[in-house]
Amino acid sequence: MESIEQIRDRLLAQFPRAQLAVVANPGPAAQHGLLLDHEHAAAIARFLRDDPALRLDQCSNVTGIDWPEKEIVETTKSTVPDPAGGPAKVVETKTKRLQPGCLEVVYHLYSVTHGHGPVILRLRTGNRTDAVAVPSLTPVWRACEFQEREVFDLFGVTFTGHPDLRRILMWDGFKDFPMRKDYVEPDDYEWEPTPHGAVLEKAKVHYPAPAPAAPAPTAVPPPPAG
Amino acid sequence: MSDAPTSAAPAITDAERAELRRHGILLTSLQELYTWGCSHSVWPLNFGLACCAIEMIAASMAKFDIARFGSEVFRPSPRQADLLIVSGTVTKKMAPQVIRLWNQMPEPKYCIAMGACAISGGPFKQGYNVLKGIDRFIPVDIYIPGCPPRPEALLHGLVQLQEKIKGFQIKGPDAPRHLQTADAGEYPVPEFGAHDLEPPHNPAVWTAPTIVRSEKG
Amino acid sequence: MNPELLGSPGGANVRAVHDAFHGDLLEVSMGPHHPSTHGVFRMIVTLDGERIVKLKPVFGYLHRNHEKLGETVSYLASMPYTDRLDYLSAMTNNWAYAIAVEKLAGQPVPERAEYVRVILAELTRLLNHTCLAGFLMQDCGCSGTPLMYAFREREKILDLFESLSGSRMMCNYQRFGGCRVDPTPAWVDATRTLVGNYGAFLDEFEALLTGNEIIMARTQGVGVLSSALAINAGVTGPMLRATGVASDLRKSDAYGVYPRFQFRVPLGAHGDVYDRYMVRVLEMRESIKILEQALAGLPGGPIMDPKAKLRGFRPKAGEAYGRIEGPKGEIGFYLVSDGSPNPLRYRVRPPSFINLTVLEDMCLGQTVADAVIILGSVDIVLGEVDR
Repeated sequence: MESIEQIRDRLLAQFPRAQLAVVANPGPAAQHGLLLDHEHAAAIARFLRDDPALRLDQCSNVTGIDWPEKEIVETTKSTVPDPAGGPAKVVETKTKRLQPGCLEVVYHLYSVTHGHGPVILRLRTGNRTDAVAVPSLTPVWRACEFQEREVFDLFGVTFTGHPDLRRILMWDGFKDFPMRKDYVEPDDYEWEPTPHGAVLEKAKVHYPAPAPAAPAPTAVPPPPAG
Repeated sequence: MSDAPTSAAPAITDAERAELRRHGILLTSLQELYTWGCSHSVWPLNFGLACCAIEMIAASMAKFDIARFGSEVFRPSPRQADLLIVSGTVTKKMAPQVIRLWNQMPEPKYCIAMGACAISGGPFKQGYNVLKGIDRFIPVDIYIPGCPPRPEALLHGLVQLQEKIKGFQIKGPDAPRHLQTADAGEYPVPEFGAHDLEPPHNPAVWTAPTIVRSEKG
Repeated sequence: MNPELLGSPGGANVRAVHDAFHGDLLEVSMGPHHPSTHGVFRMIVTLDGERIVKLKPVFGYLHRNHEKLGETVSYLASMPYTDRLDYLSAMTNNWAYAIAVEKLAGQPVPERAEYVRVILAELTRLLNHTCLAGFLMQDCGCSGTPLMYAFREREKILDLFESLSGSRMMCNYQRFGGCRVDPTPAWVDATRTLVGNYGAFLDEFEALLTGNEIIMARTQGVGVLSSALAINAGVTGPMLRATGVASDLRKSDAYGVYPRFQFRVPLGAHGDVYDRYMVRVLEMRESIKILEQALAGLPGGPIMDPKAKLRGFRPKAGEAYGRIEGPKGEIGFYLVSDGSPNPLRYRVRPPSFINLTVLEDMCLGQTVADAVIILGSVDIVLGEVDR
């Protein structure tokens, strides 16, 4: 199979105005992805599906990834000459920059005809709050139908052009998107305090520690669940 | 064997009864007859939730053969069932349906929480869509731990339930729920809320256990 | 409407009744509590008379947040959760997850472990397909007997799993870079005996079912799926092969040591329920062949890569998608690592969920009773569908 760069170059020859970027995978798997722009996504998908050399006729896996906003601290070193004539000083300046978050949808394409793959397509939303739409690829591959609904349900990505975009796993009146990293689940479960980690923190909220002087601490009823 | 305070000795001793039985005369009380009948024809609801359901099916198959205990008649309709085996994870999306099924079952009815999930949420306890134990909404008679419990464990739980039924008083304040006319045996069904079930548990059935953290923990 | 009835004395009434009801649609909700839905699956079926004109599946009644939990625990701690995905085939789920993590971390696997994995995967395939055939016959109305036979054989395979891993269903056996315990020679002998007898069981099973006139009448031409739609809808596994598409990841991906074994990929011709049943039965025959070869060639050596790290396992940043041919189709895991002990993204590609995409297409124009067996022939397990 062609490498992802070759595929990108062929796509650029076919769609000169498309904005494509190879998303390199630094891990040993070396399954690199191709970031598509929204405008040409459906046309590119159709091209990949019908191209005789590639024939990526099976969209195997569709999933979302939540990339929350991340604060990145960059340290730059600069050499400042000492005005008194001594050795030059190295000054470290730290700059903080907020990397904007986004939601990403990942498609794994395989070819049943030729038995090769995967080619990974990626689509990104503008942000995580209001610009959460990406074009749906369900018209190209039926396999995306339920999986895109699942991404909509759990991540809150809306797919324009999806024939039936409803919640699929959670109930209709549910308001949250539970697979997002900042989702706060209902606090209704931890009744067995363990001496470490996040469970202890949760237990501390539910059961205040006994007063240290009291020989036999009285039971403090926890707040009702939920 | 009446419900009156049993200060006086029973009219007939067990040894005398056994002696009569040897001569072909069967003496019994209405209570014994009733609980004996109830305990040996517990028909479960044909209702599987998750992994434990496969072991429930295995228990009804040839090797384990739940028919030996009179419970092989799995009824598809809750109207004909005596026993609700909550076999697997109850999700919040499924919980109202489980409670509706329980409400549709006629008295006397019993509930077995089979497996860690049905007891407390089990390995999936931290899930946002997982109910942390079916006993938050309906009363449970027997808890069978395991993930999943082996079919033998289910059979053991069934025998335990039979023992429990045999111990029932048919009259008086200790009589089970279904013999007390005040109790309709119906439990409120929660609604789907914006973030969770509403209410998240039934306060009449379940309250959070009181645990005090130790100095260290 | 029977035209002969119109000529009968009450013909006018027959016509009136027909006209009054013609075109009225009835919506039936099947599930989530329904004896035929293999768990807590629900479908909303719209009927014209007895014919299905619309069918919408409803999911989520067993959505137990597998993926969210997978992101809050370490890589190793997700292994027992994978047992509970498709709880009839824990061993193949284990393997799919192990293969994804091994790809993510570049972890090699010793040869003996690869052989043991093949043996366990093929035993799982036998177990799964046998049970599926039993459940399918139950759905056809053949209550009891085939399922009893299937579960009898299942118990024998589960005994093997239990003696190897300590648990009947939830084996939690495979690790990144090998397997947890080394099978003893006695275990290998017991497996050889089981494999040797399985063909005779299949003969018995098939004598009961395959040529059965009622089953043929009930399943042939029912729930037909075209190969073009099957590929486009991401259908995999025996369901895809029943439509005549030669697609088997054991051949095309050549993972593990499968290239060393001689076996064929059975294909269907019509894509109906009967073909799906037949493909599975023939696949079991091929599995027996693979098992015989794997047991004969089982090499010695370590079962775990000595350099494999389980505790404190932190793969480098990157991502990997690993997949194998499970009994139900392509089971895959997609993992994104940011270098921390937990995956940043943990995704399961559930074959039976995606195979359900075409459920409506297969059921349109069929009767309600057919919908039950079409669903049965898809081979779903709700733990995997809803995760």
